[in-house]
Amino acid sequence: MSNQQQVFNKILMLIPQAPPFRFIDEVIFVDDSQLIGAYTFKEDEFFYKGHFPSNPITPGVILTEVMAQIGLVAFGIYLINGFGNKLQEDIKMVFTSSQVNFIQAVLPGERVVVKSQKQYFRFKKLKCNTQMYNIKDELVCDGQLSGMIIENNK
Amino acid sequence: MTEQIIQKDIHDKLKIIIKPYVNDENVMEQLHEETDFIKDLNINSAHLVDIILDIEEVFDIEIDDESAEKMLTVKEAIRIINEKITDRK
Repeated sequence: MSNQQQVFNKILMLIPQAPPFRFIDEVIFVDDSQLIGAYTFKEDEFFYKGHFPSNPITPGVILTEVMAQIGLVAFGIYLINGFGNKLQEDIKMVFTSSQVNFIQAVLPGERVVVKSQKQYFRFKKLKCNTQMYNIKDELVCDGQLSGMIIENNK
Repeated sequence: MTEQIIQKDIHDKLKIIIKPYVNDENVMEQLHEETDFIKDLNINSAHLVDIILDIEEVFDIEIDDESAEKMLTVKEAIRIINEKITDRK
């Protein structure tokens, strides 16, 4: 396993969210300025039952959550830990704001790729420009997201 | 500039920086030394970071983590801005 793959796995391992509210499968790329990750929506995600009956479409609030888990949580874990440095196990990140534009619908079974560029990471706040693309590489949604790292000993 | 004018200038600039993050115009009007950003102005900690970044830009200073953690009231913010401006000179 390459060193980079180990870093990706470590990030995935440290993400606190669990099913049915875990929306990241892969980390594809990461450096100090950008993280790219992906998620494939299962055909039987819990929200498709009601959104909408016999016409399942991924809710915008879930697309926002996918962008936040990949673009803020995964990225924040990397930015705090870096490559090969000491591992901080219990990182918590709270979602503090979002401004998102929705362009395309996402249906059950679709794979989406999220790209998140750091605007700044200071005083424990991470602010990013984040975009989501579908399998045809079309822009699904984009926006600005922010989160704050919370340390458990406080 | 005399000391008093400098203080007034910092206070006025700070008020302009804070305003976009506050919804309640009344509290904003009554902004005073003891005003607490989080308790009195309902500013969350994430917006407080944005305010500190704006302060850095407007006053051309650099705020370290330790000072940022203390910047919870108007009084403390002005004290720290003063301190950093003096350090810069």
